[in-house]
Order: sequence, then structure tokens, then C-alpha cells
Amino acid sequence: MLFSKIRVLRSHGKQYIPDLDAVELTSEFRGRPVLTDTRDHADLERAAALCPTGAIATAPFTLDLGRCIFCGECARRAPANIRFTNDYRIGSPTREGLIMRPGQERVEFDPAAVRPEIRSCFGKALQLRQVSAGGDASVEMELGATGNVNFDFGRFGVGFTASPRHADGVVVSGPVTANMAEALDICYEAVAEPKIVVACGTDACSGGLLAGSRALDRSFFERRKVDLWLPGAPTHPMIFIDGIRTLLGQKKRE
Amino acid sequence: MNWLTTENTGSCAALNDIPEVGYAEFYDDLARRLADARYHVAHYFALPSGDRLRFFCLLLDDREGKVLLASHALAYYEETALHPALTALHPALHPFERDIAERYGVRFDNMPWPKPLRFPFDRCDRAGTMDNYPFYTMKGGSLHEVNVGPIHAGVIEPGAFRFICNGEQVLHLEIALGYQHRGVEHLFGTTDNRLRQACLSETVAGDSAVAHATAFAEAIEKLTQCERHAQLERERTVALELERMAMQIADTGALCMDVGYQLGQVACEALRTMTINTTQAWCGNRFGKGLVRPHGTDHPLTPEKARMIRDNVREIARRYDEVRRDIKSSPTLLARFEQCGIVPRDEMLRIGGVGQAARASGVARDIRVSHPWASFAKCLHHESIVKSQGDVMARLTVRCREVLQSAGHIDRLLELYEQKYASGPSPCPAPDYTAALAPSSLSFGLIEGWRGETCHVIITDAEGRIAAARIKDPSLHNWLALALAVRGEGISDFPICNKSFNLSYCGHDL
Repeated sequence: MLFSKIRVLRSHGKQYIPDLDAVELTSEFRGRPVLTDTRDHADLERAAALCPTGAIATAPFTLDLGRCIFCGECARRAPANIRFTNDYRIGSPTREGLIMRPGQERVEFDPAAVRPEIRSCFGKALQLRQVSAGGDASVEMELGATGNVNFDFGRFGVGFTASPRHADGVVVSGPVTANMAEALDICYEAVAEPKIVVACGTDACSGGLLAGSRALDRSFFERRKVDLWLPGAPTHPMIFIDGIRTLLGQKKRE
Repeated sequence: MNWLTTENTGSCAALNDIPEVGYAEFYDDLARRLADARYHVAHYFALPSGDRLRFFCLLLDDREGKVLLASHALAYYEETALHPALTALHPALHPFERDIAERYGVRFDNMPWPKPLRFPFDRCDRAGTMDNYPFYTMKGGSLHEVNVGPIHAGVIEPGAFRFICNGEQVLHLEIALGYQHRGVEHLFGTTDNRLRQACLSETVAGDSAVAHATAFAEAIEKLTQCERHAQLERERTVALELERMAMQIADTGALCMDVGYQLGQVACEALRTMTINTTQAWCGNRFGKGLVRPHGTDHPLTPEKARMIRDNVREIARRYDEVRRDIKSSPTLLARFEQCGIVPRDEMLRIGGVGQAARASGVARDIRVSHPWASFAKCLHHESIVKSQGDVMARLTVRCREVLQSAGHIDRLLELYEQKYASGPSPCPAPDYTAALAPSSLSFGLIEGWRGETCHVIITDAEGRIAAARIKDPSLHNWLALALAVRGEGISDFPICNKSFNLSYCGHDL
């Protein structure tokens, strides 16, 4: 019995990532896209027409990460215009900040757009209540993974808590279904002020693939101020960790 | 009664070729067949067709490996026609009849459980909402109710559980779902963009993205009737078995967590990370989104990737086997897992359980064996892992052994790849989003995902556009198994019973 545990421990070894800020994801990962404008928009028009979520606009040329599900199909149709990098630093304090333009080298994170009380109150510890409102379980599993043995986000005092009464904010995943809208609102109300809202995943940011479905009720996002927008289908744990740490002022994006 | 007989590797069926019979005949024949365990219903749904409602049934014959199709119809406004409920004889049909009743207002006579299923946006009775779900109640001074949800303690999807308890003991659990209803099925018919439809299939249940995308691609490819490269089938199977490994490992870890066994939990967390990172290094997404597309792939294997996957999978299987042996030799874990949450075989058969949960209760349902498709019909020989106890431990054991089995399948498939294409990339073509679909046809994709049988049915209109999609996640059947598993158990055993099934909320709610 004891030997079997020692065997597991020996194979397990050390798993945690020592420096989360130095993480580089595999080159296959599709993160921040780089856009290049060209005189001929024929390929781009085809890519925009194929885009499953209508994230690409051609005049002027932009790509809305809040709608993008990172399927990568546009980069194959219009390789001269769109290229995905493995940069996971794609969170933004504003919804407009997710709209990428040609020549842009990073997703801007303007510290001035962050409410000052967020850094003063939560800079050293942040407990969050996660609410899935139509999430397809992939975003939820990635959020769960942020606290696992590899990423161990808890080392920075950030974690998930069961009761909204113990929480400093709400992380919403999913496009917000009509059947879940009231429960989400009740949960938000139960969190004490000051509190933050994080929209996690492309579904939460814009409805994603489900945008326009009659089964949704996205009025929550009209009534509440979102402090952090995190795209991704699903959001990789590093997108979440980087976004939260940048929001809290623990790291800068440059 | 006359059924249209087809196979999982066959082509689509013209709507006109599907026999249409009277309800009495349908009822008698289906009721008689379902009394034999060799048959079970893969899907049964209704669709408006002109001024009628046409009901389609896909019946699986596990012994012969056939898929049987039949239909019956009802004039849309024929209020007087009360159909006797098949659920009264075969509870396995309850989610299908409840769905039909909820969407279209069809009244089934003598329905033993006339409850809403998922409160879809296009439901017939708008007065029914999530807030007034008619929970079953019991009276008695010694009883109390415990409500959990819709928001749960952990970072998971929403659903409401209502327990009726006598002290610590659970007498009854009712699970009310629908919070996750996004109207996915409806969206398939609102677009002609095949890429968008493929992406939608991946989001039916994000933890089964490969399974649902494969079922969708299967259904589409039956409609276009194009030849498919055997290597493409093998690569999809590798992806599917990688997904199975990742999720069975995740659930092993979750079970360890819920009994406070941290070593098992963290070891499995690390192994799951390694598995999904392997998928990510192949296709750029940890859940395999973007990997399976109709007619081709954007991520054909290369010798380097095949080698990487083979090496990783071997290492994961080796380390996971150590965890498995450790769990088996820890009396404190066995004391929690054994004899807990039992679903006996006859009960599992009655409610129509599928997948690994059914196999843990001695019901050997496995599409990979009974209705093999693609690689399972060709180069892979699969034998189901079946346990008879039906408790948490049996479900865990099935998971454990499936991880090792999947690792073997992946190794075999990649070995084949290396033998054939060692010097160059895989010959898989790029996806095709424009191939024309056969008009006025019914097509299905039927595969065994990690949770169990996953079925996508696609109906095309006269112009060859997708008129409707009907999707079945295995969770649709198995949620009732969870409710039965906790009967008579202490309520504190609910978490491990729940984790031992790990069912999908969004896959059920659609």
C-alpha cells in the first residue's frame, strides 16, 4: 500500500510551473492574431464570409476577439492578412479593446480603464464566484485548471469560492441563457461591494457561436459593468491568469 | 411492422423511404421489441412537416449491428388524438416523449412522469418556467428536503437537485435541468455555413467536443456520399480516444478529491494536463476543438506529431496505471467507493442507460462493438470493458481500464500511420464545407464518446439544406441513473455518486 503511493509520488515529481509569467505555449496554440492590410481584399472577403461568428470586418479591416472562437480558418483562407500567434495575453478591461486592427502588436491593457478600488482592495487577494450560464463545460474546466497542481494560481491569492458572500466578484462563463439569467443576477447581488465582474470566454463576451439565439438573455451585460473581458473558446488557463494579474496590477502588458 | 434497416457505415435515407405506420402499430411493435435487451432506442423525436407532425424513431439492434428507422405522423392540430405513452411500459423512452410533449404539446396518455425536460425557448407551454418546476414531494414529519443549485459549490455547470431525505438517508432525488438551454439544435437550421455548423457541434458539450464533432461529421459525410480516406478515420479515432483518456483521468482525479485523497487527485490532474496538452500540441486546442471537420482535417498528422503523441500516451498510461494500482490497494478509498451508489443491471436496462455507466452495471452497450464505424469497423478490434457491480467502484474501474485500452488503440493507430507514411505527412485532405447534401433525407452520426453513445440526426429539405438537427448526448439517458444511484445512500455520498457519472448539463439541455 505504501509502496504504491511512493511509486505514484516518484513518477509525479514536481509539476508546478515555477514562473507563470515566463510561460510560453506551444506554437500550435491560437492566441492573439496579427492583422496585415493588403490592397487586394479578395482572400479576406472569403475569410470574413466563412467566419462562423462574423468576427471579421473588411472595411475597415478588424477582427473582434470578443467574437472570435479561434478556429483558425480565416488564417488559412487569407494567410497574407491574418496570422495567429501563441500570445495568450489577450484580456482587456474594455470590450472595445478586444477589437484588433492591422499593425497592432498587442492587445492593449490601459491601466486607466481599471477602477482604482480594484487594485487597492484586491491587489493582494481575490476570491471569485464562478457562474456558468450556458457555458459548454470547457471554459469551466479551464477555470478549474487554473488552481490545479500545474498552474497553482492560488499562490497569488486568487481562487474560487463557493459562496457569493465570501466572494469579491463574479466570473461569468457562457452566453447567459434565459433560463439562467435570474440566478446569475441573484448571485451578483449577493456579492458585497466593491466587486468585479469578469466575462470569461468568447461565449460570455459576445454570445459567440450562440449569439442571436432566442434562448439567450444577455441583459446582464447591459446592466452590469464588466471589469475584464477574456476571449477564448475556451479561455486557456494562462489567458485567465494573465488577465487577472494584469487587472490587479501584478504585471504590466508591454 | 416494416422498418428501414441500415447500418452505421451505410448512407443516408431518403425521407420517402422511411416507412410511415399508424401509431397503434408503431406502439405495439416498439413495445414488443424493447422487451428484448438487444434493442434500444438511439433517438425518437418529432418534426413539423407541413400541417403534420412526423415522428422519427432510430432503433438500434445490438445483436445484428443494424439501425432501424421508422416513423409515424399526427395531424398538427388533432387535439383529440391521445397517444398511449410508451414510457409507461419502457421508462427508457421518458426523455424522448417528454421532449416531444414539451416542444409540441403532444399529450401522451397515461404518461407516468409528465414533467418538463429542459424548458426550451420554443416550448409549447410558455407558462412553465424554470422557477415553477413541479418537483415531486413527500409528506411526513421525519422528512426534509434539501435543494442544491442551480449554482453549485464548484466551478461547474448549473442544474437543480432536490433531495428528499429521512435524516441523512436520501429517499428520492429529482434533477431539474434546462438552465443550460442555448437553442443549439435550432441554430443548425439557421445557417448554410458548414464551418459554423461544425463549430456548433463542438460546443454541444465542450468536454465531448471531439465526440460531437465526429458524430456531426459522420452525419454530413453520409449525406454527401463522398469517399473518405482511411487515414482520416484513423486520425479522428486517435482524437476521440485521447478525449476519452483525458476525461476518464479527470474523473478519476475528481473522485479522489471528493474522498479527500490528495495524492490521487493531483497525480490525475497532472496526467490530464499532459493528455490535453498533447491534444493542444497536435491541433492548438486543449479540448480538440477544430480537429474534426467534415471530409478532411486542418491538422493532419506529421511524423513528428505522431511520435510526440505516441510517446506521451505511453508515459501517461504508465503513470496512470500506477495511480490505478494505488487506488485499488488503498482500503480507505475502497471503503468509500465499494457498495456505494449501486444501479443494478435490470434497473439500468429499464431506464436505458448507455456508455461507461451502463457497462459498469453489466449492460454491455458500446457502439464501438455493436455498431462499429470508421476505424472500429476496420483496423481496430475493440472489446468492451464490463463490470457487474454497478457501484461507484465499478464505474471507476471501467474508467481506469478504458484509459489503458484507449492508450493501446492510439498506439496501434499511430503505428499504422508510421508504417504507411513514415516519410511524409498524412494524406488527409483539407475540410470541405461546400459539398452538396442529399435533399429530403435523414442522416445520422452514431458514435461512442467517452460518456457513451452520441447521436446526431440531420434532416435535409428539398434543396439539400439542413432543415433540422436533433442531437442526443448520452447524458440524456444517464441523469436518471444518477437519481436512482443515490436512493438509500447517505446524502454525503452524493458527490462521489455524481462524479462517478460526471454527466453533461449542456449536452442534456442543448
